[in-house]
Amino acid sequence: MAMQYSDAVMDHFTNPRNVGEIECASGCGTVGNAVCGDIMRIYLDIDDDGVIRDAKFKTFGCGAAIATSSMATELVKGKTVQEALKVTNKAVMEALDGLPPVKVHCSLLAEEAIHAALWDYAEKNGLTIEGLEKPVSDISEHDHHVELVDAEEDL
Amino acid sequence: MKQIYLDNASTTPLRPEALDAMMPYLTTEYGNPSSLYPLGHRSENAIADARAALAGLIGAKPSEIYFTSGGSESDNWAIKGYAHANKAKGTHIITSAIEHHAVLHVCAALEKDGFEVTYLPVDAEGMVSPADFEAAIREDTILASIMFANNEVGTIEPIAELAAIAKQHGVAFHTDAVQAFGHLPIDVNELGIDMLSASAHKLEGPKGVGLLYVRRGIKLDNLIDGGQQERGRRASTENVPGIVGFAKAAELAWDGMDAEANRQLAMRDHCIKRILAEIPHCKLNGSWENRLANNVNVSFEFIEGEGMLLQLAAKGLCTSSGSACTSGSLDPSHVLLALGMPHEISHGSLRVTLGRATTMEDIDYLVDSLKATIENLRMMSPLYEDYKQGNYDSIIAGYAADGMKNVHA
Repeated sequence: MAMQYSDAVMDHFTNPRNVGEIECASGCGTVGNAVCGDIMRIYLDIDDDGVIRDAKFKTFGCGAAIATSSMATELVKGKTVQEALKVTNKAVMEALDGLPPVKVHCSLLAEEAIHAALWDYAEKNGLTIEGLEKPVSDISEHDHHVELVDAEEDL
Repeated sequence: MKQIYLDNASTTPLRPEALDAMMPYLTTEYGNPSSLYPLGHRSENAIADARAALAGLIGAKPSEIYFTSGGSESDNWAIKGYAHANKAKGTHIITSAIEHHAVLHVCAALEKDGFEVTYLPVDAEGMVSPADFEAAIREDTILASIMFANNEVGTIEPIAELAAIAKQHGVAFHTDAVQAFGHLPIDVNELGIDMLSASAHKLEGPKGVGLLYVRRGIKLDNLIDGGQQERGRRASTENVPGIVGFAKAAELAWDGMDAEANRQLAMRDHCIKRILAEIPHCKLNGSWENRLANNVNVSFEFIEGEGMLLQLAAKGLCTSSGSACTSGSLDPSHVLLALGMPHEISHGSLRVTLGRATTMEDIDYLVDSLKATIENLRMMSPLYEDYKQGNYDSIIAGYAADGMKNVHA
């Protein structure tokens, strides 16, 4: 069964924005696992006012996983931590003009990666971010088991 | 942009000579083979000629060849038809873990109907062990179905040996030969095959037509009931142009088989050697020795297959993957998993299958493009970053088959 991606997904897959790492990042979160075929890692550089100055990502996964990571980092850049929390998987999907149903989990993973990076930032700085819950270890809604992997430990 | 087609295991272009042979039956010779007037007789004769030609290629009698809509129907008919016709003798069937879904899902359907199925494991190269097969045969075993050559990794199974064991134990032997037919010499009597499935579009014939060889004396229930076509065994007005094109393509494939196999073999080995030598952290899947001449299947660590296929497609290269993402399911290839590959690596595999149009330049372009693609995807991969920093171990070397480790070194 062939699958068609939107032009926006193909654009973000072919020319992904914000690929890379941030040295001494304010927050870094990694979600997914290699067994399932998707791992996303997002780095955030957050200034003293709580504004996300820069976001970078690295992703092991399909075209949709790379495109959602690229779009998610684009969407959170320049936003405050509170605003970034509102970048949901739906927002990422809409910005990409939709995803094939079997790829919706990629957008969930992107949302989760942002949350994991924010959680790391909050922990490092002893902050509590209102509305941010500890990222769950299993966000599978599509028969797809996604585990949170602590960037510093398991990988 | 130039398109380079390297997915000949999935389908092939129609051979011009086959199209020429089909044209009359798509235009002026439209008669129904069952009709009583000359227009119908000519269609009937065309089918008879095609049947005789195809039978001759595999050492069968024309009356043992039944035309179907393709490989999947042939597999369904052989296995379901035999199982239901012979269930008084027993209800146990043996197959392998790496069969095409047209066999595996048929077996699963039969399990719901009260049959028992043993799925034989394969070794790291994808070979079914004759000793395992013999050990799995029971008093109530009626049928074995083992593919001639695997569609993903190209491993050629020891069909003669397996069929001989089946015969000793009074078990009927079916083989899905969809990937081998027209590529390897097949004589059903020399090999001891009782039933064989083949499909036209894998050997530059048209889509929508295949055959099932059924040895005389083998009892099968019908799959498609209706009219008296195919001697009352398979109803539906015959696909006359398809059947004619199938026979033409098969005859031409047999005529040029050795020369084309040798040509593809040289390109295949050049491709494998270049990839293993020039791209780190990869392995050849399947066997190098017992392998179809047109098949290359390689896994790359730290990357996922779909991204690789999309990037290659952007360079005009048509290839496929064992990767799940391409098939609309999220599970990795059942074949690679059966070969003992862990999930992590099974997600990043590439299948390249050569055809009559493939040239050495195509192969070099593929390998050059692949190098750039893998490098690009690894640059984006968190696993590769962790590996570079010493926080993640490369495991793929451990899965390289013995004969292939030296090439890498």
